[in-house]
Amino acid sequence: MYNYPDSKGHFGPYGGIYMAETLMPAVEELRRQYEHFRGDPEFKSEFEYELKHYVGRPSPIYHAKRLSEHFGGAQIYLKREDLNHTGAHKINNAIGQALLAKRMGKKRVIAETGAGMHGVATATVAARFGMECVVYMGAEDVQRQAPNVFRMKLLGATVIPVESGSRTLKDACNEAIRDWVTNVETTFYIFGTAAGPHPYPMMVRDFQCVIGNEARVQMPELIGRQPDVVLACVGGGSNAIGMFHPYIDVPNVKLIGVEAGGHGIESGSHAAPLTGNAKVGVLHGNKVYLMQDENGQIIETHSISAGLDYPGVGPEHCLLKDIHRAEYVAINDDEAIAAFDALCRYEGIIPALESSHALAHAMKIAPTMGKDKVLLVNLSGRGDKDMNTVAKIKGITL
Amino acid sequence: MSRIQAAFEKLKVQQRKALIPFVTAGDPNPQVTVPLMHGLVEAGADVIELGVPFSDPMADGPTIQRASERALKHNVSLRDVLGMVAEFRKQNATTPVVLMGYGNPIEAMGWETFAKRCAEVGVDGVLTVDFPPEESHEAFAHLEAHGLDPIFLLAPTTSDERIAEVAKLARGYVYYVSLKGVTGAGHLDLGAIAEKLPHLRKYISLPIGVGFGIRDAQTALAVARLCDGVVVGSRIVQEVENSNEQDVVANVGKLVKELRVAIDQA
Repeated sequence: MYNYPDSKGHFGPYGGIYMAETLMPAVEELRRQYEHFRGDPEFKSEFEYELKHYVGRPSPIYHAKRLSEHFGGAQIYLKREDLNHTGAHKINNAIGQALLAKRMGKKRVIAETGAGMHGVATATVAARFGMECVVYMGAEDVQRQAPNVFRMKLLGATVIPVESGSRTLKDACNEAIRDWVTNVETTFYIFGTAAGPHPYPMMVRDFQCVIGNEARVQMPELIGRQPDVVLACVGGGSNAIGMFHPYIDVPNVKLIGVEAGGHGIESGSHAAPLTGNAKVGVLHGNKVYLMQDENGQIIETHSISAGLDYPGVGPEHCLLKDIHRAEYVAINDDEAIAAFDALCRYEGIIPALESSHALAHAMKIAPTMGKDKVLLVNLSGRGDKDMNTVAKIKGITL
Repeated sequence: MSRIQAAFEKLKVQQRKALIPFVTAGDPNPQVTVPLMHGLVEAGADVIELGVPFSDPMADGPTIQRASERALKHNVSLRDVLGMVAEFRKQNATTPVVLMGYGNPIEAMGWETFAKRCAEVGVDGVLTVDFPPEESHEAFAHLEAHGLDPIFLLAPTTSDERIAEVAKLARGYVYYVSLKGVTGAGHLDLGAIAEKLPHLRKYISLPIGVGFGIRDAQTALAVARLCDGVVVGSRIVQEVENSNEQDVVANVGKLVKELRVAIDQA
């Protein structure tokens, strides 16, 4: 029986609470409060109300028929998280944590963001619940995701560009943690992915499990059975764990997490700690597979998609890899772009570059499978935010 | 008796407070560090906290982040830092050296190898900022096996339960972080420290050092009156940053001497 994490937040050898003493009481308080409210029917019904009436859930599952026909193999179905309010799965978690923050009496929320989707989701819920909001974003990402920066500002958030280190998601995390240390009494840290110190990996997973729970009901309604393969992209891994977790105990459903292969695993310029066999290490409060040099310094990662450009991965994915319940593969930048183009042209859906990685792997394996096989891809977000990046790759100035 | 224990016992007899400066190893370059450590001792340091550079120093403010970045430009590794301590020990057999940093470089080396190497080169204590007691049991068993002192942080937010837990595991001294926030931030609240220290003493029999936010001789003296040792980090690292490379040892020495004179009035 799969039952993780343990009471100390360990997923087998992974996870845990690796934080400076200053934050330990805050993390402990968060764990206590979450343990209390996760079983509270009133909390649950408020969360469900918000998901239905504010986010627009359930998100549909769509049979991408033309795309499937084009590849001539397995049928590709899309879980349309891109249709959520704010355009990605991130809002599911942001709502959940904001409801918790409200109950804990916190008036200020902070967040880190890579592609900007979690930042937008946090700014959105902060506006919705009347909280002050500060979002930390790597200076590099502020440039490549300019439309999302503007969205956050419109929603009343303060966006702070982070100039240290590689100026991407990991550095935004560092800076958000520094803020939290300093303002721990007034501030709730709305962490965006299923990683970090316990209880975040569990809590973010729980909030995101709405994705997989819906899919488990929707697939039998659509095709009379569960899919053969479920695919999702993995940066920190929140959309993937939300999709995978409800399927862990469902037999004969293969789970595939798709990491960012960047310029290729062999090039070293990627963001795929699981596929690239990174060593296990400690960063941002948890023990996970972590891209680092031989001296334990975190190395700069590369991905075309800012949301996957992170050297670590959530602890539950590390465990699922080790116990072979999920398989992890990598998709390179150019393959992701090809999948992005294909979905635009064949289905009239512009996917996020992050989700395009999962889609690309589906397109790779679909032709090798029979037409009666079914692939379910978590389309975690929409691609509006990626216009600048894609235009630049195609040599177009907007 | 460990070097740290011996140093504090000697200070107790002399009725003096410990001065514990922090520098980042390899900042601004690897050649400066050993002479700088000797300079710190000459200027009156009782214990040296030697920072191991890390790419993602989450608990540090901009000053110490930049020190890490300068050291990492020279690829200063944990192995190099251990080499620096070995070099320092050739001329100094008594001043305790505490390595301070984040867990991942140690994880990469392996705790067993790390502890063995520390003992060989003459490291006395290890402070791993992001390894709280909950995650430290296995790692710190290796330190203990090699006679190294695990140094722990306590914060204004630390609960009594956690203070008691740290009291059980800690050796050498306990480092009380005097303010909420990262290193080098804000101003400390002397009143709050004065209130907190007697409370900590109910649990902790080891000497208590206080750090974070000590930026001048006057504050150092005021803090020294309340505890057993004064830790000064960002202010010293700032002096390293603002000095020409050839003046680092002299300038930092001058600053540390001022701090020494001040806290000896305590």
